[in-house]
Amino acid sequence: MNWDWSAVGDFMPHFWDGLLITLQALVLGSLISFALGLVWALLMRTPSRWVRWPVGVVTEFVRNTPLLVQLFFLFYVLPEWGLTLSAMTTGVVAIGLHYSTYTMQVYRAGIEGVPAGQWEAATALNLPVTRTWTAVILPQAIRRVVPALGNYVISMLKDTPMLMAITVLEMLGEARLFSQQNFQFTEPLTVIGVAFILISYPASLLMRALERRLVR
Amino acid sequence: MSADTPLMKEPGADPSANPAVDGSELIRFDRVTKRFGANTVLDELDFSVASGKHVTLIGPSGSGKTTILRLLMTLTKPDEGTIKVNGEYLSHEERNGRLVPAGEKHVREVRKNIGMVFQQFNLFPNMKVLRNITEAPVTVLGLSRDAAEERARELLELVGLSEHVDKYPGQLSGGQQQRVAIARALAMRPQVLLLDEVTSALDPELVAGVLDVLRDIARTTDITMVCVTHEMNFARDISDQVLMFDAGRVLESGPPEQIFGDPEHARTREFLGAVR
Repeated sequence: MNWDWSAVGDFMPHFWDGLLITLQALVLGSLISFALGLVWALLMRTPSRWVRWPVGVVTEFVRNTPLLVQLFFLFYVLPEWGLTLSAMTTGVVAIGLHYSTYTMQVYRAGIEGVPAGQWEAATALNLPVTRTWTAVILPQAIRRVVPALGNYVISMLKDTPMLMAITVLEMLGEARLFSQQNFQFTEPLTVIGVAFILISYPASLLMRALERRLVR
Repeated sequence: MSADTPLMKEPGADPSANPAVDGSELIRFDRVTKRFGANTVLDELDFSVASGKHVTLIGPSGSGKTTILRLLMTLTKPDEGTIKVNGEYLSHEERNGRLVPAGEKHVREVRKNIGMVFQQFNLFPNMKVLRNITEAPVTVLGLSRDAAEERARELLELVGLSEHVDKYPGQLSGGQQQRVAIARALAMRPQVLLLDEVTSALDPELVAGVLDVLRDIARTTDITMVCVTHEMNFARDISDQVLMFDAGRVLESGPPEQIFGDPEHARTREFLGAVR
């Protein structure tokens, strides 16, 4: 095995393209998972079991089937039903949807962690239910779960290479393409491995610091 | 009291002109039963409180005192019987001449008249002191932010915490938090203030400050108070009437001099002997 710095140099323009796509997928996927997870968590708290039951079944299904299967399903089956999305859009939606079934559990724990006394005080002050949620319960619940949500973002980062399977050229996709064209595997794969560590390790340190500050 | 009337009594005002202090019945429990599983906490309880009065509920723990406050605050519902506040059913409403469980709208309307201070303060930790007090007046009573803040500052002065407006509850001592909680309840201008063992969670040296504030409020306002406490001296000072509870029923009731000085029942004497 020979390390060839010139191969690294040749790969770098492709690397930056791939990094940009990885980060875009990560940011959009995170936003979708944060928003949708909160929607699931709130729907699971409605009094009507006609809402809770279907939401429970769907989210349980999504959580317990592999992301890769979901990616293929959305990418190859949806067009047969007349809904054609770009590979990137499909990937972002799949990651966001998949991770929303995890973030919903994080939110649930956060909501249940708000002491009953907070609900009682809100009742005693006659606050409307929606106001109780937006002004009292969610600010406290979300503050507590920021570190846990952050940890899922790091997991999501490490799942972005799966997008390669539906032709999205994120970091791994770029590395593979470069390798196959140039027959140099070591350099591009090492570069993206280092890139993953350079992003995820500081991020996990940040989450630990946040945990010390926010979760008391 | 409506949202516009001042909290403090007008000096020299004719008390009979104010509907809040005309001595009419403000709270009425009618054969109220409350069970938790197999345990009957309140057993066909009847009692009433006249408006403007200060009533203290005493008795051994588990005798149902706190449950009465929680029923009044609609934090829990009676299993049987009815509760009226200001002549309105609390957990029921009349529909086509029949008494049915109250809808949210009805409950909110009746609940407007009631405020509560909790043993654990229950301030909102995500809001500064000022916003803890202004939140409900703005969103529930529809006060402007300025009017609500002015009211909050007056109340903070009343409870001696003017310099803490911009702090978070976590930065205050337990006694200070409880005084903020009192101000927060008063900001809604309730007719009835429910006090649920408000000093029980406090360090001993902080109790006096909170009780002094409550004595002040009892003396200077028309608010009806229903109070559960183990502070017998405080109960003696502020109460017009003391109700001794045992096993979900009122064992005896009367003015504090009678209950504390010359109780009728041996059970009451025993209880008072134990808490002193």
